[in-house]
Amino acid sequence: MPGKNTLIDVRVTKPDAASVIASRYDNKPDALLEILHDLQHEVGHVPEASLPVLAKALNISRAEVHGVVSFYHEFRRKPAGRHIVKVCRAEACQSMKGNELAEAAQKSLKVKFGETTSDGAITLEAVYCLGLCATSPSLLVDERPMGRMTPQKFEALVKELAS
Amino acid sequence: MIRIYVPKDSAARAVGADEVADAIVIEAAARKIDVKIIRNGSRGLLWLEPFVEVETARGRVAFGPVEAGDVKSLFDSKFHEGGKHKLSLGLTEELHYLKNQERLTFARCGITDPLSLADYISHGGFVGLKKALAMKGAEIVTEVTTSGLRGRGGAGFPTGIKWKTVHDAKADQKYVCCNADEGDSGTFADRMVMEGDPFMLIEGMIIAGIAAGASKGFIYIRSEYPDAIRVMKDAIRIATAAKWLGQNIQGSVHSFSLEVRRGAGAYICGEETAMLDSLEGKRGMVRPKPPIPALSGLFGKPTIINNVLSFAAVPYILAEGGKAYENYGMGRSRGTLPFQLAGNIKQGGLVEKAFGITLRQLINDFGGGTATGKPLRAVQVGGPLGAYLPASQLDLQMDYEAFAANGAMVGHGGVVVFDESVDMAAQARFAMEFCAIESCGKCTPCRIGSTRGVEVIDKIVAGIERDENLLLLDDLCQTMTDGSLCAMGGLTPMPVQSAVKYFPEDFDRPAKMVAAE
Repeated sequence: MPGKNTLIDVRVTKPDAASVIASRYDNKPDALLEILHDLQHEVGHVPEASLPVLAKALNISRAEVHGVVSFYHEFRRKPAGRHIVKVCRAEACQSMKGNELAEAAQKSLKVKFGETTSDGAITLEAVYCLGLCATSPSLLVDERPMGRMTPQKFEALVKELAS
Repeated sequence: MIRIYVPKDSAARAVGADEVADAIVIEAAARKIDVKIIRNGSRGLLWLEPFVEVETARGRVAFGPVEAGDVKSLFDSKFHEGGKHKLSLGLTEELHYLKNQERLTFARCGITDPLSLADYISHGGFVGLKKALAMKGAEIVTEVTTSGLRGRGGAGFPTGIKWKTVHDAKADQKYVCCNADEGDSGTFADRMVMEGDPFMLIEGMIIAGIAAGASKGFIYIRSEYPDAIRVMKDAIRIATAAKWLGQNIQGSVHSFSLEVRRGAGAYICGEETAMLDSLEGKRGMVRPKPPIPALSGLFGKPTIINNVLSFAAVPYILAEGGKAYENYGMGRSRGTLPFQLAGNIKQGGLVEKAFGITLRQLINDFGGGTATGKPLRAVQVGGPLGAYLPASQLDLQMDYEAFAANGAMVGHGGVVVFDESVDMAAQARFAMEFCAIESCGKCTPCRIGSTRGVEVIDKIVAGIERDENLLLLDDLCQTMTDGSLCAMGGLTPMPVQSAVKYFPEDFDRPAKMVAAE
């Protein structure tokens, strides 16, 4: 029900993860990226319902929050799989058959970059450089770095992650 | 007790260093051998990672690349007493790759425990800061100016001039921001500093704070570097507890606090004004200059923004004097640059040398040629916005001016090697595609030009009005170079045009068959 003096209801009725995290950063608008990182870490993605909550907490417009969430590749708007596999697509990895690895990864998981496998085990993402350029091609599996990757090793990794 | 070093650098972890460390602990326990594992930074010989070192009376003895499965046989051959093994590399200090470097910034990386303040101090840490604490801001600025240090992020702007501008500015609050959004492919020196010698970066930033009269600093680290984020946060906590950060540093009148902020996968935030917007919690949009960030930067206040390697060079400059640093290098490129050998190279890793070394020396003498053993065809220097150079250009000296005169750039010192299997038209297309993915969208030449660039290159490769489209591509590149707001759109033409110039045959092949399945 709308409040007495407002046309639309902008009251936050129940405290959720977003407002708890925002208060951890004293509701400072410059901490928005940090807040979104923490939120994504705890919830797995940035839920649409969190945007108005954050806007209110930080005293910025909903459009501004939306603008930030949609600008940065790191933030996911949909739930992800249990594991996130980020495959480096940048030049140093390309020079060591990174494109073949990227193809093999998509084929093996039967998804395209940005998608999640049907069993919900793995979300495959493209990333542009992990700073592991002398041990190319490289991946980041959740927060675990992996280098000198091959399609064969990738198959083994998928089995490990699915189990 | 035997001290064994197993790097915790993420490049070492990526090839199994954690498993090796665990295997050593288990095997030592089974054999009742008393060992202490130290998780050091990387020495930078990345093709030999996991690079295990054992402390002996003769010095540290190296083994590599070690796999967890090698650990039993290493103990069998008494590697913990310096015994020989098929993975023996001899004394670390005697390795050609290390011995022939000029390590000023990377003097400590890989030798110490990154998070041990005692190690840091016993290896020359905080000598520069102690001197700075007794100096006036203007004196520090003079020392940095004398060193000839130029911005190591890629633009090469004289650091002393930037610091002087912030020093001279009048404001109630000033900031020091470290750009650790190391997004260039083929570069990892910033990451190695943060993971392997984090107190050096902290020391450099405190000195900058004293020089400019800034009491607050931020380190903007890309989210693709989770290990670096963790180590830097720990290092800040440790340094604060020991009063190297915070109020009245070491009992002086100076105060400086430091905070880590995470990026979120946007390459453009490596551009300094986009980084500022991101630090303010906004979309990483490029700001027009002027005003320059030195006068109106973070939250509109005077701000020193430097790359990790620029700040990391400062403790040496203060400790040894600007003149000592300036003695290295050539022309107007003074000091050393930690070069990063990457991609299709046999001995990839970090090579810190004075400016003036040639690409050939880096790639052949240090790098040992391509990893595949096939002939080298192209080298991309300076990240995704850097030029592709052919084998005939390898005698180019690493020097900001020499590179610029050849339509290339040194950038952040990344050297990515490609063998003969590379398709340069595909690389040129990728440069445009990357720009389209990563453009902040503020200016038209970059936002639209990059997408048109991909389309034009596709037509050229498909053989559609090839000559006309090559002219069109050239015209588009000119527009992007002249009309873009920042280096993203402004330099994307560099890899594209260098590819067309040096590898025209790749743009003039028979039209690809249209898939007819």
